[in-house]
Amino acid sequence: MDKFLTVNAEKCTGCRLCEQVCSVMHEGVSNPAKSRIQVVKWEDEGRYIPMICQQCEDAPCMNVCPVGAISRDKDLGFLSVNHEVCIGCRSCVNICPFGAMNYNKSTHQVFKCDLCGGDPQCVRFCDVKALEFVGSDAVVARKKRDRALQQSEAAAAQS
Amino acid sequence: MALDRKIAYIDLTTGKIEIKPIPLEARKKFIGGRGLDAYLLYNHAPKGCDPLGPENPLIVSGGLLTATCASATSRTHVMAKSPLTNLLGSCNMGGFFSAEMAWAGFHHLVITGKAEKPVYLWIHNGEIEIRDAGYLWGKSCTDAQWAIREELDDQEIKSMVIGPAGENLVTYACVMTGIKNSGGRSGMGCVMGAKNLKAVACRGDMDVKIAHPVDALEHNKKFIEQITSAKVNQTQGTLGTPFIWGATNCWGGVRTRNFQYNQMLYADEIEPEAIDDIATETMGPHHMAGCFGCQVHCRAKYKIQTGPLAGKYDEGPEYTSLGAFGSEPDCKKAETVLSANHLVDQYGVDNLEIGSIISWAMELFELGILTTKETAGLELRFGNDAALIEMIHQICNRSSWLGGVLADGGIPASQTIGKNSFDYLIQVKGMNNLHSDERATPALALNIATASRGSDHLRSRPAIDLYHLPEKVLRKIYSSPIPYDGPLSSEHTEYVGKPWQVFWQENCYMAVDSLGICKYHTLFLGATLPNFEDWPEVIYYNTGLEFTPEDIWAAAERCNNLERMFNLREGLKRDDPFKGDTLNHRYFDEPCRRGAPDVVGRTIDREKFSVMIDEFYGHHGWDKAGVPTAETLTRLGLKQEPSHLV
Repeated sequence: MDKFLTVNAEKCTGCRLCEQVCSVMHEGVSNPAKSRIQVVKWEDEGRYIPMICQQCEDAPCMNVCPVGAISRDKDLGFLSVNHEVCIGCRSCVNICPFGAMNYNKSTHQVFKCDLCGGDPQCVRFCDVKALEFVGSDAVVARKKRDRALQQSEAAAAQS
Repeated sequence: MALDRKIAYIDLTTGKIEIKPIPLEARKKFIGGRGLDAYLLYNHAPKGCDPLGPENPLIVSGGLLTATCASATSRTHVMAKSPLTNLLGSCNMGGFFSAEMAWAGFHHLVITGKAEKPVYLWIHNGEIEIRDAGYLWGKSCTDAQWAIREELDDQEIKSMVIGPAGENLVTYACVMTGIKNSGGRSGMGCVMGAKNLKAVACRGDMDVKIAHPVDALEHNKKFIEQITSAKVNQTQGTLGTPFIWGATNCWGGVRTRNFQYNQMLYADEIEPEAIDDIATETMGPHHMAGCFGCQVHCRAKYKIQTGPLAGKYDEGPEYTSLGAFGSEPDCKKAETVLSANHLVDQYGVDNLEIGSIISWAMELFELGILTTKETAGLELRFGNDAALIEMIHQICNRSSWLGGVLADGGIPASQTIGKNSFDYLIQVKGMNNLHSDERATPALALNIATASRGSDHLRSRPAIDLYHLPEKVLRKIYSSPIPYDGPLSSEHTEYVGKPWQVFWQENCYMAVDSLGICKYHTLFLGATLPNFEDWPEVIYYNTGLEFTPEDIWAAAERCNNLERMFNLREGLKRDDPFKGDTLNHRYFDEPCRRGAPDVVGRTIDREKFSVMIDEFYGHHGWDKAGVPTAETLTRLGLKQEPSHLV
């Protein structure tokens, strides 16, 4: 699957509703500690960056898992943890470069983003569209247009 | 479950901490947040207590819906007897604090006593610890918050703090959380300072169980659409609250030069769009910040571009800062507004009150009531930007004679300064008025004169009054959930029917403050925004608690009466110029000089205003003196108060 979660941190207002809806959707509780997405903040600069699982192709979590508990979903392409196999060693938590693999203190299990079965709630509730679930070609096309416009404006300003 | 959040009684003198559940009966009767705070204050504050004494309880709370997945539910409410008014003290702030407090296990804190040395409270997953704050004393609001994070090694800690103004017992010092969220009104920061309490820090990862998660999510989505579809919220989400200032100034509804004029001229540099351009240049096109779970995101991020504070980051400036540091002292530079806004956020002082009191002093100076002898040489004139900034420092640090006098609050200052200085003090119950001019809007004038925490535009403001909505729309809004077939008028200069609108809004805002929601998510500036009819579902899906719109109305009425009873117990009298439901004589005697044709020449009519107050009391079930009748107390189940249920 080509679609992925993109983040435009510039648009993020830091409201953390994504954290809420994620934990309510998956756990039935409101608790940011149990959210698969977390907004990292530097409040004294007004900088907010949502951190999420990138469902990496060459996934460190899957590669490092000593018992092969992590596998890729064929249809949606996300990585999931089989808790029947998982031994809770937290190697995946340790190695994830994004901090996207989490550990639930009450169930003693690791947990991660499963794209809500194709309709990510964080995206659905992000009113400012800091989060989007789109194909990589769409992202590339948009970036090309933005960059082209910038270049054309810069050229116009020079002439 | 949101309902299993606890209440903690903390005695700073003895260090004793008692944790109790909040009975369901209390939820049904007083909901939470401000409503339950009012109950706790009425029950725990001894009659006539000294606001700065150890017996004055400082009550900190989140609302019933705080930390659930309902939209924008992280308002923090703080209540105590006010050192500024000697009546009800109450403030409400946004941010993330109360949600974090709920994840740490608590919805209400009742803090009494006085610590021997500076302390702060550390609340973590159901436990409360009193810790040494010696190293925090003297630190600014943001520095103190970051220092706590460093000490406890957790960047996610949310704290409610006071700055130097609170430590120096400025009677209108505020409490702050985050960069700029302030519980501004009525001096709750001063009460914290008097208790030697620098901060309350929270962090938790305890589950708040949602009663019906799937329905709650779906309903929240619908709710959000209702909120963001209002044009007013879209504008708010681009320019922040200053957009109202710009609109009101054009019309002639702001105050300038301490009520001498009602429109600021040559305000180009501080018009909201202009400020937005200057201040947010470095922040990129998307520069708005939101409180917890909020889609309105009305906080603008800014960096000061010029002057001694250039490069400093802050958020805002709000409508009120434009009034306090722009129009009232007649200072026209954006740099001044942004710098002053930053200073009050760091000192932890109410921007409205300090801006008002300095402008009052400026008028006194121009009249010759204050001279350079009292100001130590400072030319305290309108339009003197440097003098405004200087006075903020002097008041917050109490570093000069005049600074100390003004730090005591309007009424005590007028008594110290003497002559006829009190005549120029634009206040209700000792609290200065918002920098709006209400002479063309009797409903809003009634609102500020009767609000329970002194002059106040967030207690019962029927702000949609200015939209000239068709009368049938007004009737639909104001006849629910309680049928009303009396007069209603969509004419903002009218007196008839307005008391019902003010009464209705008073109950509406009490409910909102008790649920812990922000007022932009209710009928405040947009006529289609949620109100009584919309809340029962939100409450049910999130908490499982069943309310009808009428139940919420009744609870709000009950809590409003409790606030009234508290004020009466502390000496409120209808016509008392210091503690009554009165307005400064200028409202009645001096016509508006500027603005649109429907504003110029307006005054408030004394007799009609008095009739409005009678009618307003009548809707409440109060007698002509403003005292709840025995029938009203019986009807609302308040006969037995104080009942010490919690």
